[in-house]
Amino acid sequence: MNIGPETVLTATDDLDRRLVLATQGGLPLVPRPYAALAAQLGCSEVEVCERLGAMLARGVIRRIGAVPNHYAIGYTANGMSVWDIDDACVDAVGELVGALDFVTHCYRRPRRLPDWPYNLFAMVHAGSREAALGRVADIAALVEYRFPAALRAQDVLFSTSILKKTGLRLGRV
Amino acid sequence: MNERQRPVPRGVAATRTPDEIERRLINALQGDFPLVERPYAAVGAMLGLDEEAVIARLRGLLEAGVLTRFGPMFQVERMGGAFCLAAMAVPDADWARVVDLVNAFPEVAHNYQREHTLNMWFVLATAHPEGIAEVSARIERATGLAVHCFPKAREYFVEMKLEAR
Repeated sequence: MNIGPETVLTATDDLDRRLVLATQGGLPLVPRPYAALAAQLGCSEVEVCERLGAMLARGVIRRIGAVPNHYAIGYTANGMSVWDIDDACVDAVGELVGALDFVTHCYRRPRRLPDWPYNLFAMVHAGSREAALGRVADIAALVEYRFPAALRAQDVLFSTSILKKTGLRLGRV
Repeated sequence: MNERQRPVPRGVAATRTPDEIERRLINALQGDFPLVERPYAAVGAMLGLDEEAVIARLRGLLEAGVLTRFGPMFQVERMGGAFCLAAMAVPDADWARVVDLVNAFPEVAHNYQREHTLNMWFVLATAHPEGIAEVSARIERATGLAVHCFPKAREYFVEMKLEAR
C-alpha cells in the first residue's frame, strides 16, 4: 500500500492514522508495547513495527523516545533567542546558527511589525542564565563576523514556566 | 519590561530530579527506541537494568513530570496537518484564567510563560492547515485577547534531545 504523507490523517481506513491516534499519548509501558498496540488495533505486532519504521523513514515520526522536562534535567535557562536579520541573507544565517551544537531548534518566521521585528528564532538551553546569555552573545559575534551588518536587533525570551507540554493531541479526524 | 512582576505560573513542574541511573536511562531513551518485540528489555540490556526496572523507572519519571512524554514524536506537517507557534500578551491580573482557557484546547501542544510583553507562547497542532486559523480565532473569542501567529517559514534545524546532566 502506497500512502502519501498528506493522506495519513484523512484516509478512512488507514492503520497509520489509527496508530497515530493510539500512540500520541505515549507508548504502552508493558513488556511488549507493540503487541499491545496490535491487539488494540486488530493487526499483528510485526505490522505495527513495520508501520512505525516506515513512518520514521518518511519523517512522519521524528523519533520514538522520551521528552524530558528541560528544567528537571539541568537546563534551568531556556531562552528563545530572536533575531532581526536582513532578508537577503537570513537563510544563510539560519543554516549557520542552526548548526551550532547548543541550538536545538532554529526557524525563520514572519515579522509582525511594528512590535515584532524578528525573523529568526533559535532556542538555546543552558544550566544558567549567564551561560545562556554567553551563548547568545557567541551567536551574535559569529553572525556579525560572517555577515557584517545583517544583524539589526535581537532579544532573548527566557521561559519562566512550562504551562503545558503534552505534544500532539489530534481528535478523531 | 523584564523587571515587571511575574504572575504566578500555574505550570507543570517536575516534583523531583532524576538520579544517576535515571539520567542514563533518559539519555538512552532520547536515541532511537528499538522496534523489537521487547524494546524495554533491549534498552535495559545496554544499561545493565532488567526490563521490569526500565518500565518502573520510566513510569516513575513520567509520574514525577521529569519526562513529559514517552513515545513517537510526530511531525504533523508530514501527515497533512500543521504546527504553528503563537503568542499572546496576557495581563497579569488575568493570567490564571487565560492559562486554564488556553491549556484546555487539545490543539495546544505546548505552552510556555516567557519574559516579554508577549508573555505566553504556545504551539498549535492541527490535523489540517486550515485548523490553525480556526483554533486561534476560537482562542481569541474564549480569552478576549489577540493571538499572534508565527508560522514557520523555514526550518533550519530541529534536534529534540538534550542530554540529562
